[in-house]
Amino acid sequence: MTQKTKKYIYKRPESLTNDITIYCPGCGHGIIHKIIAEIIDELGIREKTIGIAPVGCAVLAYNYFNFDVTEAAHGRPPAVATGIKRCLPDRIVFTYQGDGDLAAIGTAEIIHAAARGENITVIFVNNGVYGMTKGQMAPTTLLGQQTTTTTKGRTALQHGYPIRVCELLATIEGATYIERTKIDSIPDIIKTKRAIKKGFLYQIENKGFSLIEVLSTCPTNWRKTPSKAMEWVGAEMANFFPTGVYKDKGNPNK
Amino acid sequence: MGAGRRMAHKRVERVILTGCEAAAEGAIRAGCRFYAGYPITPQNRFPEYMSERMPEENGVFIQAESEVSAINMVFGASVTGKRAMTSSSSPGISLKQEGISYLAGCELPAVIINMNRGGPGLGSVTPSQSDYFQSTRGGGHGDYRTIALAPWNVQEIYDLTYLAFTLADRYRNPVIVLADGMIAQMMEPVKLLPPVKTTPTKKWALTGCKRRRPNSIKSLFLTHGVLETHNLKIADKYRQIIENETLYQTYMCDDIDVLLVSFGTCARICFEALALARAKGIKAGLFRPITLWPFPSEHLQRVAEKAKKILVVEMNCGQMIEDVKLAVKKDIRICFYGRPGDGVPTPEEIFREIKKI
Repeated sequence: MTQKTKKYIYKRPESLTNDITIYCPGCGHGIIHKIIAEIIDELGIREKTIGIAPVGCAVLAYNYFNFDVTEAAHGRPPAVATGIKRCLPDRIVFTYQGDGDLAAIGTAEIIHAAARGENITVIFVNNGVYGMTKGQMAPTTLLGQQTTTTTKGRTALQHGYPIRVCELLATIEGATYIERTKIDSIPDIIKTKRAIKKGFLYQIENKGFSLIEVLSTCPTNWRKTPSKAMEWVGAEMANFFPTGVYKDKGNPNK
Repeated sequence: MGAGRRMAHKRVERVILTGCEAAAEGAIRAGCRFYAGYPITPQNRFPEYMSERMPEENGVFIQAESEVSAINMVFGASVTGKRAMTSSSSPGISLKQEGISYLAGCELPAVIINMNRGGPGLGSVTPSQSDYFQSTRGGGHGDYRTIALAPWNVQEIYDLTYLAFTLADRYRNPVIVLADGMIAQMMEPVKLLPPVKTTPTKKWALTGCKRRRPNSIKSLFLTHGVLETHNLKIADKYRQIIENETLYQTYMCDDIDVLLVSFGTCARICFEALALARAKGIKAGLFRPITLWPFPSEHLQRVAEKAKKILVVEMNCGQMIEDVKLAVKKDIRICFYGRPGDGVPTPEEIFREIKKI
């Protein structure tokens, strides 16, 4: 009888390996990896999912995800995903990209993958800084933000303005679903999970290109404690990068 | 839609095709089902032909936003185990080098066709052989090699493209077919090979981890010593390629005073010059490397033993001559004649050089 009433309250998602990540304390990658793994478990698509890891801290994602994962050159995941998805249209293909990868070196790839309406899911992790190379200015670094290449703070005159990716991609006809979320609170993490799940569901339903931008943390390079870093996401980043649905062609009510 | 294509559909063995069409058809018959490319002269007929033929074979054609993106799409297709390719011309091939390095590092097969035009920079749109170093030394960053095949006519670009897919899969390495603007645009009769019935199953491919452990494709090895082991493994593979896949041809090399060494279009012109030389009683022969890497060093050395002088002819400032000098152990004169701009040498021009040396 005790066997029958035993109920799991929590278990590690099957889509995550048992490896311990290299991520710093307070880094958002761990949360976002787990959300993705849970979604893939819930949708029962682990055995047909192919992930594309970026260049940056998350390059080692192939060690942490318990399904097929390939590496890609810096900025090229949308092109690699295009090649994979067009060859295997019934598999689920997603890219996991940082801000340098997606919004600087890979701008051509992401814009044209969206324009072609590739039936893929893009998870865009925006933490406003180049993490793995130790904290240089990113295309999404806020004005005034200090980095190792903007030690006196980013200025519009000298360094230009940060790029708002969701707003930009929402103008592209081929894009189906564009949403920005954040992970600085439990409700926001739940919202993020809901958004990413929708991105995967749309792909399963052949609805086309989805991108979910997640405002995330880099306490090490921001020179902040994990909790202060979380506060900064909501207090500073979300001001310049408002969360919300920017486009949803897949939902007839929108 | 060219006449050659319609004839190919009726399974006629001999058709008239341009070099671009021949290579593209060779790829399709070798089982290639993914092509991504970007327009650049003189290879534009290639993507045009693929855009029509690929859908007919349930294959994928994508006109990419850049050469960089095209080669990375090929990377993605190759990850799934499908036979995949791209084509371009010199400046575009430079852009693809990032992807080629990743393909080599990740041990992924792919075929890249370079219809060489003049360089550096934008150079010209006319035939050239100036990408010899780029094709034979790796081309991108890192310690790797690409197999480089050099056809000298339209039939051979068809045959070598067909072969390129077998070699790419056998060694899990990118293969370059290095032709030029002349072969790309010239029309000649081509005898077609039958389409391959099956392509190899690839256990390493990413297809979803159903009934197996997850696969990963990577070229990043951060743990101390692992990259070295990986690169030594690749180097060992390159030794096998040198041993098993070297291709070359010799012409009139039984009794020679002068040995011409030339590849691709230039070799074909040298072949014409041989007849002029022989008619004047000059004992001239031709050695033609078909694989530029692996370079047929030992074979050249053997043939060179009989010669008194060597004349290397290239449409560049002298690139293959370095491999000739490394190969030939004998102390003889090795001369060079090159046309490094937008000129293609005539047989008479080469004959004059033969007389001069």
